[in-house]
Amino acid sequence: MKFTAAKKGLALVAGLAMVSSLAACGGSGSSSGASKSGEKTELSVWAWEPTLKGVVKKFEAKNPDIKIKLQNVGTNTKEYTALDNAIQAGSGAPDVAQIEYYAIPQYAIGKHLMDITDKTNGFKGFYSPGTWASVQWGGKVYGLPMDSGPMAFFYNKDVFDKAGVDASQIKTWDEYYEAAKKVKAVGSYITSDSGDAGFYDSMVWLAGGHPFKTSADGKNVTLNLTGDERAKEFTEFWQKMISEGLIDTKTAGWSEDWFKAMTDGSIASLLTGAWMPANLANSAASGAGKWRVAPMPTLDGKATDAENGGSSLGIISSTKKADAAYKFIEFANHDSEGVSTRVKGGAFPADTKTMKSSEFLDASTVKNSDGQDVEYFGGQKYNEVLAQAAESVSTGYQFLPFEVYARGKYGDFTGKSFTGDAKLTDGIAAWQKDMVSYAKQQGFEVK
Amino acid sequence: MVSGDTQAAGVVDPPRAVVRRHRVDWRGWKFMWPFALVFVFVFVIPIMYAVWISFFQQRMIGGTVFSGFANYSRLFRDGQFWSSVRRVALFTVVQVPIMLALAALMALALDSMKLHGTKFFRISTFLPYAVPAVVSTLIWGFVYGSKYGLVGSLNSWLGVHVDVLQPSVLLASIGNINTWEFTGYNMLIFYSSLSTIPHSLYEAAAIDGASEWQIVKRIKMPELKGSLAITVIFSIIGSFQLFNEPSILQNMVPGNAITTYYTPNMYAYNLSFSGNQSNYAAALAIVMAAMTMAIAYAVQLNSMKEQMK
Repeated sequence: MKFTAAKKGLALVAGLAMVSSLAACGGSGSSSGASKSGEKTELSVWAWEPTLKGVVKKFEAKNPDIKIKLQNVGTNTKEYTALDNAIQAGSGAPDVAQIEYYAIPQYAIGKHLMDITDKTNGFKGFYSPGTWASVQWGGKVYGLPMDSGPMAFFYNKDVFDKAGVDASQIKTWDEYYEAAKKVKAVGSYITSDSGDAGFYDSMVWLAGGHPFKTSADGKNVTLNLTGDERAKEFTEFWQKMISEGLIDTKTAGWSEDWFKAMTDGSIASLLTGAWMPANLANSAASGAGKWRVAPMPTLDGKATDAENGGSSLGIISSTKKADAAYKFIEFANHDSEGVSTRVKGGAFPADTKTMKSSEFLDASTVKNSDGQDVEYFGGQKYNEVLAQAAESVSTGYQFLPFEVYARGKYGDFTGKSFTGDAKLTDGIAAWQKDMVSYAKQQGFEVK
Repeated sequence: MVSGDTQAAGVVDPPRAVVRRHRVDWRGWKFMWPFALVFVFVFVIPIMYAVWISFFQQRMIGGTVFSGFANYSRLFRDGQFWSSVRRVALFTVVQVPIMLALAALMALALDSMKLHGTKFFRISTFLPYAVPAVVSTLIWGFVYGSKYGLVGSLNSWLGVHVDVLQPSVLLASIGNINTWEFTGYNMLIFYSSLSTIPHSLYEAAAIDGASEWQIVKRIKMPELKGSLAITVIFSIIGSFQLFNEPSILQNMVPGNAITTYYTPNMYAYNLSFSGNQSNYAAALAIVMAAMTMAIAYAVQLNSMKEQMK
């Protein structure tokens, strides 16, 4: 007989729903009386950010009446799947969850995230402009920024030296294209891309495009990838890079092969988020000393930047322990002790104070997972470049209210442009068409 | 005692017995309830629930609404769904015959009693079946890597550029993994049916002067036919449910060559989990279940007819 994953999931959901109605009865009574009777309030937190472990210890020491149950239920979309299931089942959802910036609109519109605008007055100056804009939807605040991923140009200096290019002087996309040809001549690819939706979105943001817009009530969506001039600008630039064979389209990102290519120089650079140093130090360890960081090359050479990844902690609106939940996210992402705990563990900060501190800016080593300090960037004070990148992130870029779905579908339509002869513009147009029909089917008004 | 009476009465007086037989007798059913309870909870209710939710649509704006057969009519016009069905159909038509032919050959070789080390051979060909599909796909993924995998090493040794993970040959590469996994399992089914043939038949054939090939053709092959129906049905169901191998390879293959709708199962999975369309996925699951059952039933009917001949 046939039991697809879907059916099994459904059965599970049905089962959970039955159990949950019982659990809910028991839970509500105890939690309200918790603080009075000296009983501990237990908070369920879903997150994959490793540095939160240290934060939980310090938070529990300071707040003996709250116990944190920190669970890693999966990274990004896997966590959202679990979260969606729990929300649909009406129980089992955590009190606090790690939500990436691109997923905030989706959960804010669905009213699954608690509006914390009243509690966060005056927080604006505390966070970098890009991250603070990212946790808001329709003028309301739905989470506190945890980390940030302003984009930067990470490059293997050995390869660029061999090619005779000073990578730190690459300011525009044209210069990047010229450099790519020289790098190709010495047998390397300047970078790799085999169809990464997050990268595409970030590059359109970097170029100054605004292809997606959603009305404040979340009911009207505008999709204009094919008409947005800046989006087209990037699509055509990337098409040129692909057609001329200047980027590696055959190595899947984040695969074993990909990290090996970082160490042997066959992929010479990356345009990616500021969270990359720890990944390089751990997964491409033998590349240590060869790599450097520079600001992003931009369309016209003017300094600007975009976020690539980065996440926040939000309170799930079904919680019955909102006060304790807020206490925790405030400690983790706003309190100086909580923030410094995470930054020391290698997280890239979302607050301007840390980014301006000399301890952060002067760092020349990266901590790997064994706790060793590695001079991965040859002694360069790489955080200076990354902090500058965070400062120059442009605000105003909007994610789709169904960004999680949209990104999942990107590869279906653009894959052939990377592995075959299909045009990237056609792939993008087909992707947009699919998103439009999805949006309509989900009840949005589409323009 | 009572049943004895009924029986006796039936023999003595047929008309009255007919009347009595109509009286509902619940005694037998009492023995059924442990099974019936489990059957209803793990089988009937989940399927009914899936059918029920397939009549609704859940929207981000507007919530859940009853939509009748809208999910089904959308499914029949869904090009991505049909492309996934075509892909697994092609996979079935090519991979299943190759695998079963290999399995039958191996079973015949083992059964010929002319080989040394048959025990080792039997266990080692069956072993891949015992390896979890996730693990074996990962192993094959590393083997297939054209840069640093075994294929990559062969490439640099021979000075060629073979890439078995490129989109045009990817399905064949997945077929290879599946063949590796399941040939031993099918071989065991064939082998066990061969070993039911009494040895006296072979002796009689030898006395009549039959050659080894004639024994295979006249005695062994007809015996294999019966188990062939079972293995074909299992294999068709298995290929239509293709999920583990492509979804694991997805992260190892560049260029999104494995789409979110590569196989029907993957499509259902992605619809419900990344697209928040579990109602549509339920409709898909039901249609696929009906399709698979219909094909399996057709194969069974066909083989029953064959055996009647």
